[in-house]
Amino acid sequence: MAQVNTHQAKTFQTKTQFGYRRHSDQDRPGQASAEHPVVIVGAGPVGLSLAIDLAQRGQRVVLLDDADRIGEGSRAICFSKRSLEYWDRLGVGDRMVEKGVVWSVGRIFHGEQQLYQFNLLPEDGHKRPAFINLQQYYAEAYLVDRIGDLPDINLRWRNKVTALEQRNDSIALTIETPEGAYRLQAQYVVACDGARSSLRQMVGAEFAGQVFEDQFLIADVKMTAEFPTERWFWFDPPFHAGRSALLHRQPDDVWRIDLQLNRYADPLVEKQPENVRPRIARMLGHDKFEFEWISLYKFQCRRMDRFLHGRVIFAGDSAHQVSPFGARGANSGLEDAENLSWKLDRVLRGTSPASLLESYHVERSAAADENIRESTRSTDFMAPNSHQEARLRKAVLSLAKETEFGKRMVNGGRLSVPCSYYSPLSSHDADAWAGGPPPGCSMLDAPVATRESEQAYLTDAFRKGGTDFTLLSFSNGAAVAAPDGVKDIRIGGTGGLADPSGLLAKRYDAEPGAAYLLRPDGYVAARFRHPTREAIAAALSRAQGFN
Amino acid sequence: MPLSTSSNFARPDDAFRAIVEAHRGLTDEQSADFDAALVLILANHIGDIDVLREAILLAKRRMIDGQQQQQQQQ
Repeated sequence: MAQVNTHQAKTFQTKTQFGYRRHSDQDRPGQASAEHPVVIVGAGPVGLSLAIDLAQRGQRVVLLDDADRIGEGSRAICFSKRSLEYWDRLGVGDRMVEKGVVWSVGRIFHGEQQLYQFNLLPEDGHKRPAFINLQQYYAEAYLVDRIGDLPDINLRWRNKVTALEQRNDSIALTIETPEGAYRLQAQYVVACDGARSSLRQMVGAEFAGQVFEDQFLIADVKMTAEFPTERWFWFDPPFHAGRSALLHRQPDDVWRIDLQLNRYADPLVEKQPENVRPRIARMLGHDKFEFEWISLYKFQCRRMDRFLHGRVIFAGDSAHQVSPFGARGANSGLEDAENLSWKLDRVLRGTSPASLLESYHVERSAAADENIRESTRSTDFMAPNSHQEARLRKAVLSLAKETEFGKRMVNGGRLSVPCSYYSPLSSHDADAWAGGPPPGCSMLDAPVATRESEQAYLTDAFRKGGTDFTLLSFSNGAAVAAPDGVKDIRIGGTGGLADPSGLLAKRYDAEPGAAYLLRPDGYVAARFRHPTREAIAAALSRAQGFN
Repeated sequence: MPLSTSSNFARPDDAFRAIVEAHRGLTDEQSADFDAALVLILANHIGDIDVLREAILLAKRRMIDGQQQQQQQQ
């Protein structure tokens, strides 16, 4: 999301501040500059998560950030089930969920009337909820804490990259610090430095896309309120005639409020607390609240043409930017990190060809297109571009009152779900499947039980002992052995996990004998009704970038 | 299933008349609102995105033909 103007309404208690510390790399003269396998630029949620993931895979990581503190203001608040499952693998999922506000229900209103409500996770048997709301600064603080457990990550605050030089076999970075500049070399640099990425400028890449004219006022207010923990979205509410509004709970009695303003609103005037207060008081029906944060945005949808520029890899907002209705910003950045980390790890180890990284671009740029398409549609629905668009929207809102199809067409934000990849790493189904996640789709969670009857989830079994390629097989007494280096999860049979509810077999459309080959990021690479050693080996080789 | 452009009503005049009468007494603005709702209802009833796209193309050709006619008259 593009921040045009921010205004800090109230002195905000800095959650975590970090000191600059000199590193011995800075004492080495230019010719003998230190060389590292990976340098990540930007310690936001994406850079921090990627660093942890790479370190857990055994890589040494240098993580640079030009600030000395965790960013203030709320920014991202909705973290998806997929992101929570990823954070589980990084060892921070419990902490996020404990602090976060769990939700799955949204309501859409038109005027004073509720048009419909939706539940983003209407079924049981998942470890994680559809979403939690959590201020981005908490997420970052927990990730920074986790990094403290991982000596392979060297996090350097107030280290700002000012120049980048691509060589054949490495990259040279010039880094500015409070004590002057120094140089570093890296085999790969990952730019997680946000929508206004300076590394993107350094490689000379464009960031093409669309700017939406309407402005949105985003305020985080602190109050005690009895509203349920649900996402409430209004079209043309009585308190904000003709425009849209959003109300969403965060931890610590903080509430996120989005109000659509017109394109001619003067940001400098509109963001003044004395002008924001009456708008919000009208919405809430009282003025017993304090501001935590006020900002005014024009939304933008843009992406880089290519996410790989030589040895510089772009992830998160530096590579793609979406408008916020749909929680597709931070969540898609985290999906970038989980997609990239295992590939980069394999390339650095030399166990996969460097061309495996191209699949990161293929998969994640397609995901960016999907996210941009979805969030553009939502934004256009909220802010129609012409009289006729407004007329069609009016018809939809009016039909929604009495028809099912009208409700389904009302677009108050389509919330983030994992993208499906049409991927060179996938092996096409050779067998007939009536359900289950096909190759290129994310694995699905389900309850499992160990032999000791301990209740757990498939996602727990998947992450146990580190996430690598995994063969999920449904026992028929003659299980095919997983190839070397591939983790085994067996369901049923002696020594396997039990499927007490039957949900696992159902969600995977699995009969005894079936097997799924999962990638280290939890995506399905291939699946087999009657797996053979050869078929599994071929699918594995393809998914590892040999083809 | 492609868009059907053969005559599907036993009594096409009745169908045309029903739509015409629905617009009687409406202002242009109301007529446009009515058409928007009707289009959405019928599109959903068809429920096939390929057929809908074909129908949109066929309707769009009226715009292009109309423009060409205008240009010829000028």
